[in-house]
Amino acid sequence: MPETRSRRLPIGGVEGWLLVVIALIVAYLSIATDTFLTLVNVFDILNYSAVNVIFAAGLLVVLIAGGIDISFAVGASVVQYLAVTALGRIGGGDWALGIALSLVLGACLGAINAALIYHFRIISIVVTIATFNLFFGLLMFFTGGVSIYDLPDWLSSRVVLYDVETDLGWAEITLPVLVMVVTVFATWLLLRRTSLGRQLFAMGDNTEGARRLGINLGAMHYLAYGWLGACAGLAGLMQAHYAREVVPNALYGRELEVLAAVVLGGARLGGGRGTLFGAILGLALVSITQNGLNLLGVSPYAFRMIIGFVILVAISLSGETIGLVASRLRGPKAAGSVR
Amino acid sequence: MSAEPQTAPDGRDLIRLEHVSKRFGGVQALDDVAFDVKPGEVLCLAGENGCGKSTLIKVISGVHKPETGAVMRFDGAPMDDLTPARARALGIQVIWQDLALFPEMSVAENIAFEKNLGARLRLVDYGAMRREAAAILDRLGVDIDLDAPVKSLSIARRQLVAIARALVAKARLVFMDEPTASLSRAETKALLRIVRRLSEADIAVVFVSHRLAEVLDVSSRVTVLRDGRLVGTYPTRGMTQTKLTELMTGRTFGQEVHAPRTRSGTPVLAVEGLTRAGEYRDVSLAVMPGEIVGLIGRLGAGRTELALSLFGMTRPDAGTIRLEGRPLRMGSNRDAIAAGIGYVSEDRLSLGLVQPQSIGDNTVVTVLDRLVDDFGLLSPKKRRDLVADWIDRLKVKIGHPDDPVSTLSGGNQQRIVLAKWMATGPKLLILDSPTVGVDVGARAGIFEIVRELAAGGVAILLISDETPEVYFNADRIWHMRDGRLIEEFVPAETTLAAVEEAVHA
Repeated sequence: MPETRSRRLPIGGVEGWLLVVIALIVAYLSIATDTFLTLVNVFDILNYSAVNVIFAAGLLVVLIAGGIDISFAVGASVVQYLAVTALGRIGGGDWALGIALSLVLGACLGAINAALIYHFRIISIVVTIATFNLFFGLLMFFTGGVSIYDLPDWLSSRVVLYDVETDLGWAEITLPVLVMVVTVFATWLLLRRTSLGRQLFAMGDNTEGARRLGINLGAMHYLAYGWLGACAGLAGLMQAHYAREVVPNALYGRELEVLAAVVLGGARLGGGRGTLFGAILGLALVSITQNGLNLLGVSPYAFRMIIGFVILVAISLSGETIGLVASRLRGPKAAGSVR
Repeated sequence: MSAEPQTAPDGRDLIRLEHVSKRFGGVQALDDVAFDVKPGEVLCLAGENGCGKSTLIKVISGVHKPETGAVMRFDGAPMDDLTPARARALGIQVIWQDLALFPEMSVAENIAFEKNLGARLRLVDYGAMRREAAAILDRLGVDIDLDAPVKSLSIARRQLVAIARALVAKARLVFMDEPTASLSRAETKALLRIVRRLSEADIAVVFVSHRLAEVLDVSSRVTVLRDGRLVGTYPTRGMTQTKLTELMTGRTFGQEVHAPRTRSGTPVLAVEGLTRAGEYRDVSLAVMPGEIVGLIGRLGAGRTELALSLFGMTRPDAGTIRLEGRPLRMGSNRDAIAAGIGYVSEDRLSLGLVQPQSIGDNTVVTVLDRLVDDFGLLSPKKRRDLVADWIDRLKVKIGHPDDPVSTLSGGNQQRIVLAKWMATGPKLLILDSPTVGVDVGARAGIFEIVRELAAGGVAILLISDETPEVYFNADRIWHMRDGRLIEEFVPAETTLAAVEEAVHA
């Protein structure tokens, strides 16, 4: 049997590389702009990114369990609409009711995905592309694409948890950041510290092995997709709070942004591997780049192109790829189709 | 068949099965089988693929339900309505051939994963897991880094992890499905030492295999199944691989060494001083037309690495390869195929065949360019004819050429791989472990084809871990160790024992 020799460099895993790349970008932006490294801007990035991090925590659970979900972002839009409409009917509600409703509605949408994937044995990407279209289509059809601007007061008024006055104005940390911290902690607890989380890892790592150990694969599907659904519901509520409006297509397309960032952070498509820290770093890289482009005055039309490029570069900079490139450069002998 | 079926000896049975039958649709997988294991006994369960071994394990481990009328007792108590969980609770553990481990997880967590099971939400106690895993490994007398991910371990060590995991669950009866299939001789010996320890601790072990030579001496009895029926249970004292093969297949195989043939002319393959750093050094050998040259050695001796270079997959650092006298420079295996070299890979299942594709497509994939019509499009008729021709010549038992390859047995899959390369009309065919996972009965058929090819003038380089099959089929044998060819044997002039001694010394 030919030995598989690891080309990994001594420097740590994906997280280490992401930290290096992020540090380089931060260093550049700190020098190139005088607004990047200010409390106002850093808090802005945090407030803005909270929704994506909540999405990412949920998506990571599904990826680790060996699945994928494309529908969660439009699912979050559906939850926004249903929750805000329902709360309006009963006279407004409050934070507790809003959060509970969003979690439950989101988990229900996730359960629909889980049921289709597990009971009908359809692969997850196909199911969730279908439900992505279904959720979004239903939403557009029943709302006629009309936004809701008339939110309950508790939802539309900014909740500031911490603020400090600086030369550039008030720097504020708002509620979504707290919700993000709680979600990340709860997800960490689930994945690393509970028996069910370890079973999720096991299922993603070796499905047949998990089945033979008697792990309830159906329950694991409901747990993973339900968890993502609940996170997405919560993220939807936070996004409505942050934007102070509910726009049916506001989150459309967010799923790929989050997916790319989580995979960039080392989660394996196929399951069994991934860390919250990596996922957060992946998102941080994208958010910081986007923020930096803004501050540098780059045309917003160029954002997607540049972010796509940054993701490609960052993924290529993982230890394995560098080893490969180095061995190619060492001698043309090893190039081409020769291994 | 000189060994008489042995009547059950007196003494307590750990498990006793009678009248166990199992049907799947129209297929009778098990037919009135009886089976028993004593506490702490080491037993072999032997039979060819499809004989019912796996079905029997699955019945005992609660995966399949036997037909009514079966009598199954564990420790004297009836085992009715067995489920996998109940079987495990009784102490019945199966170590499947694929081990069913979690490669990304640590050794400790794999061993103690039982602690994570169950539908109740609990906090994970990694400390307790580590302690438990360490205690079990200590009991087994092996030393494995508890924090290493399982994917970083060799197959032999993964197997130890799987055994350790079985012991966590207080095993009393452990089935090992083909445990030695991918182990070297030394690793097998280490495994057998562990099995003896288990046996001394009153844990019964059942080896399930069709390659039993090395486990015969640790076990007391061997139970043989054929076509779903019990052939008999025999004491292993006096049992030989040959006798066992006869019991398993119901046929006798005459094996004799090739008569030495002198050959002249230009060698098909002539290698001079071939070297690739870290893989093989200063290799010089020649294969004449129609000659079968064996290449034996331990795992890691560099045989597969050499084969990959001869097939253009890796580039040697130094030395020359000549094909029919002309120097050969290969940029990739496409050049090798064009020059007339075929390679049947060691890992047939993943590398040699495109499993979900049809038998026909797999057969013609190497010669697609020859099957085009005047317009440069694939000609269905040419394809059909070629496939039919090869299936006929190789005597492959198939349903329909459009069925996926994955529906064929191991032996027939290997024939398809051979057909694929023979269709290219190779001058040199490199066979890397062609009988891995192939039944004893089907092996003979494969070598019949190989000899026929050689008789037709194809030069054959045969790599195998099974010294006997090389000894009985090759004209000459090279022994490779640590990347060098160290000695040459001619089977007609030496004994099998002498060759085996040299390899495993």
